[in-house]
Amino acid sequence: MIRSIRPALAVAGLALAVPFALAQGSAADEIEKYRQALQDGNPAELWEARGEGLWKTPTGPKNVSLERCDLGKGPGVVKGAYAELPRYFPDADRVMDLESRLVWCRVTLQGMTEADAKRNPFGGPDRKSDLEALGAYVTGESRGVKMAVSLNHPKMKEAYAVGEKIFYFRGGPHDFSCATCHGEDGKRIRLQDLPNLTSKAGAQKGYTTWPAYRVSQGELRTFQWRLNDCFRQQRFPELEYASPASVALTTFLAANANGAAFDAPSIKR
Amino acid sequence: MNRNHLYGAAVAAAFVIAGCAMMQPAPSDAEARAKAAAMMKASFKEKGQAKLDRLTQDETQALCSQYAGKELPKDVATKIEQANLAAIKYPSDGKYLGDWKRGEQIAQRGTGFQYSDDPKVPSGANCYACHQLTQQEISYGTIGPTLYQFAKLRGYGDDIKRYAWGKVWNAEAFNACTNMPRFGHAGILTSAQVQDVVALLMDPASPVNQ
Repeated sequence: MIRSIRPALAVAGLALAVPFALAQGSAADEIEKYRQALQDGNPAELWEARGEGLWKTPTGPKNVSLERCDLGKGPGVVKGAYAELPRYFPDADRVMDLESRLVWCRVTLQGMTEADAKRNPFGGPDRKSDLEALGAYVTGESRGVKMAVSLNHPKMKEAYAVGEKIFYFRGGPHDFSCATCHGEDGKRIRLQDLPNLTSKAGAQKGYTTWPAYRVSQGELRTFQWRLNDCFRQQRFPELEYASPASVALTTFLAANANGAAFDAPSIKR
Repeated sequence: MNRNHLYGAAVAAAFVIAGCAMMQPAPSDAEARAKAAAMMKASFKEKGQAKLDRLTQDETQALCSQYAGKELPKDVATKIEQANLAAIKYPSDGKYLGDWKRGEQIAQRGTGFQYSDDPKVPSGANCYACHQLTQQEISYGTIGPTLYQFAKLRGYGDDIKRYAWGKVWNAEAFNACTNMPRFGHAGILTSAQVQDVVALLMDPASPVNQ
């Protein structure tokens, strides 16, 4: 009988009621069954639908929609765009991930200030995040598309190289880096399996299943949230939304997932 | 010089700059590390108890980051282990063992030092996140080795107690670039808490040794 399933490195504990004893080893199988049971009717669809509405609704000081937003495949092309992000955007002269690009389009097309465009990145019960909904919609339009992040541009090569160093950067009172938890195959924290993000298979499994509807939070979370909350548990200061380090690290992880079919928004515990 | 000349010079300069950018190879290892450190300082903001100084690495952190994902050279490993070994503070009263029951609570608790944590609440060590310790707790991680029957297998003597203390205080002294935090060295746990955790490992009555 499970006596307690407590926070792992202060990860919110597995929020699932298990009605019977789990023998060691079968726990992961049971959790996988639970995830599969949840796949029917993923609440992420609500975020995707709301995001599509937001994408097409004129808003901001200029009262225009995001339908002319260029996510890299031309203005207004959403289908398959996320599978090629992050990428170098000549108009901004920098590498951007999806969330950075959404902020860029809200500023340049809709006329918002950058502060307004970045406001409320992570929603809660009383304040749903438009950025999370937009992220759900855009990523959903890449479901089934193979990850194809190009590192041809020198700034992409640089972002990848710097992102790799951020991945291995040990700091804080606990000496943690991303690699502490995500550097070896077959490891788990408490009962939670950890993808090895330094391997091709692990990066593919980890990266292609975000964004995710988090059952324990009742919210859809995009990749920016995933990084933000990992660094909180690493005991680092707060990673700023759509910051250069977040984009570089995302570039490293997304490019390592190249070749795998994108499969999100998903559902996680 | 007329306006056209100026324009021409500007265009030429722009081509040279763009050309250089396109030809630029991926940064070297050291350049990438320097850029990562600078980029991180500009990309994080302090929150709660987590200030930006947490991004300033000590020598152990810097070396372990530098060699992460590669083989750690023997001389670097020795340097890290010797420096950390010299920094271990053993209990001044020679008392290694506290109360294993309090040690079990510390081993279970995962909070402490996150910006979302109350700094007034004592930190946990979250041993179970990475280690098996007892038969009763099946929700344990596997990043570290099993510690079940730690003293039953190694012995209950003072030398093992001293080793357990050192390992909890500063694991880098014994295994350079280990994943394990330096609980005493970094001030995550107090000396009294380290005594309790060592008791969990070493007390014959502890569930670890059943």
